[in-house]
Amino acid sequence: MDYLYDLNTFIPATIAAAAGLVVLMQSVYKVKINTIFGVTVFSLVVALLFALRDLFGPVGTSFYDMVAYGGTAAFGTLLVITGTLFCVLISRDYLEAIDHHYGEVYAMILFATTGMVGLAVSNDLIMLFVGLETMSICLYVLAGLIKEEKTGAESALKYFLLGAFSTGFLLYGIALIYGATGSTNYADITALTDISPLFMAGSALLLVGFFFKISAVPFHMWTPDVYQGTPTTLTAYFATASKAATFVALILVMSRMMPEIEGVGWTQAISVIAIITMILGNLIALVQDNVKRMLAYSSIAHAGYLLVGLAAGTADGYTGVLYYLFAYTVMNIGAFGVIAFYERNQALDFTDVNNYAGLGYKQPVMAVLLSVFLFSLAGIPPFVGFLAKYYVFAAAVNAGHITLAVVGVLTTAASVYYYLRVMVFMYFREPHKEFDLVNPGAIFKYALIVLCVLTVYYGVEPVFPMGSLIELLTSYYTETGPAGMAGP
Amino acid sequence: MIGIDWYLALSAVLFIIGVIGVLIRRNAIVILMCVELMLNSVNISLIAFASHHGDITGQVLVFFVLAVAAAEAVIGLAIILAIFRNNLSIDITKVNLLRW
Amino acid sequence: MATYAFVLLAVLAVASALAMVLNKNTVNSALFLVLNLMSVAGLYLLLHAQFLAIIQILVYAGAIMVLFLFVIMLLNVDEEESLFDKFRAIYLVAFLLGVVVFGQIVYSLGGVTDLLPEISADMAYVGTVEAVGEVLYTTYLMPFEMTAILLTAAVVGALMIAQYKVKTSDQEE
Repeated sequence: MDYLYDLNTFIPATIAAAAGLVVLMQSVYKVKINTIFGVTVFSLVVALLFALRDLFGPVGTSFYDMVAYGGTAAFGTLLVITGTLFCVLISRDYLEAIDHHYGEVYAMILFATTGMVGLAVSNDLIMLFVGLETMSICLYVLAGLIKEEKTGAESALKYFLLGAFSTGFLLYGIALIYGATGSTNYADITALTDISPLFMAGSALLLVGFFFKISAVPFHMWTPDVYQGTPTTLTAYFATASKAATFVALILVMSRMMPEIEGVGWTQAISVIAIITMILGNLIALVQDNVKRMLAYSSIAHAGYLLVGLAAGTADGYTGVLYYLFAYTVMNIGAFGVIAFYERNQALDFTDVNNYAGLGYKQPVMAVLLSVFLFSLAGIPPFVGFLAKYYVFAAAVNAGHITLAVVGVLTTAASVYYYLRVMVFMYFREPHKEFDLVNPGAIFKYALIVLCVLTVYYGVEPVFPMGSLIELLTSYYTETGPAGMAGP
Repeated sequence: MIGIDWYLALSAVLFIIGVIGVLIRRNAIVILMCVELMLNSVNISLIAFASHHGDITGQVLVFFVLAVAAAEAVIGLAIILAIFRNNLSIDITKVNLLRW
Repeated sequence: MATYAFVLLAVLAVASALAMVLNKNTVNSALFLVLNLMSVAGLYLLLHAQFLAIIQILVYAGAIMVLFLFVIMLLNVDEEESLFDKFRAIYLVAFLLGVVVFGQIVYSLGGVTDLLPEISADMAYVGTVEAVGEVLYTTYLMPFEMTAILLTAAVVGALMIAQYKVKTSDQEE
């Protein structure tokens, strides 16, 4: 094994880890917080460039088959790094406003990113476990950042207890799979020809662990509480980067690890989970007055839409899920970002939708941005959210899961209500009292504008540098993709 | 000589005791200990499977689980400390500010 | 001989686990968990995993449990008024879930009992420090390095949460 070559395939995560250590030492020596912020952003930009390079690079495995590179794994890395970069960009002013702005936060974010990349590129159950736990440990800490307030400590406790509990199930699943196959490597497991009940029990427990992490419905109880108690920009990080990493890992498990034998793909089970997740997530979101809780339930609903593509189990489906994850990352960080901006104004409690009355005419740019992100989340045509839903549902229909697509479209229609409700308050209601909004700040504003441009651009004409994004994703599953994934 | 299946059954029993403990106890520290018990019972399975296969992978995974369990214990106890400072109680039924 | 040792250790492990869950006193619970971890370490020895048996006692029963006891003493909340003061629906859910998962696992194990008869003969050479150390630094180098990040994050994170008031870097100037 050539270590340098292998390290080259894992460079974005290496940069994140090294930057995390640097930031940690800087905060020990009381370096100015703006310098720390700059180092974090710079390292993430460099990591992003390497992730973009890997997108078009070769496909394979490195570090003794522990991690995969290229293809789906490279796109997962790109999603995680993009999500992290934008969350960091919108975090600075918000964390300053809530008086929790110190260097260790950036160190934890960078360490979590390392874990997420490790999770998203894992090619072995051991790597999957260690990556997932590195991510989770950092997220528990970030959830408890506002520890002086009861809600902050409480959201950390809930997240931690349920997360650790689900880790137990995930680990038991890994143990049973190892017992049935004698290996933890995806390539060895997928070569299996004889399926024992032990393997089925193991993969079921593994999936339960995954469902906890992506907050699919019977396992979603922690999501709204955690999202509400966590600082808003970090909630955006939880909802996008960590979910993207977990979903990419799930795609790798489903497409590379599960043996290609009838009934092993868990299509039925995932379909049922997808349906109840879409219905319940959207229904409960309808009655929420707290904007953060509304977005938490909406993120549960989006997990349902993502599971639709996964249930399809075809190359189309996986491509759709990857595209959806990209769309979801962009528009959700945007939505949380604008809400974080409103929260910075101490005049009113801007987590309550009733206080959004009349906001549309103060800082009109921010109001327009929020409208764009919410339209996109609702899946309304000229934005990226629409195309993403289209790809996922089309894949489900092509794979013969008509019910899934129908439920998906119907719940999407229902979801328009609670997204538009925020806009109705913003533009058509009179404010309760007079107040002025603070200045958003240049970095904050331009980060959101870039997200908005991405939302519109990929919704109108999905052209990626060097060919369209969807074509690039599809190529992962045709020419150089995982074995046996001969898609269209 | 005892067969592997006995170790696996023991592991399943301990795992279930841990799960039930997490669900019925109200003291956050005891819940955390039950989670540790769950991880520990999985380790028995892993080592038993490793012995059966004559393969070291399972033992290596146990090594990583030990590291993760240590990290989780540290973070968990820190969070419990923060909760205690806010509530003067670590009874999870009294930690219910956030409700839908 | 090994059979007797197994039966003794298994009974000890189950009994101490039950005692841990059912004990009202948190300190006693923690001590029962130590007993459980020790008997499990004994089981590791029976399975020829010498290295992990020692690590189990050093790290788990030693370091982690001392931390637990330390926090319990610090918080000084060792008594829970009553374990089962009122019936809660969660008990039923817990019991049903336990039965279902247990049944599923026993069922799946039942299908493979014939396949899993004995401990492999190579095992005596597998569980040594040398063998574990060698693969940790070659095949499993990547997860091993990731664990380094994990532990660093855990230490820093624990300080972030447990420290009462963190000063921002700029306040010092």
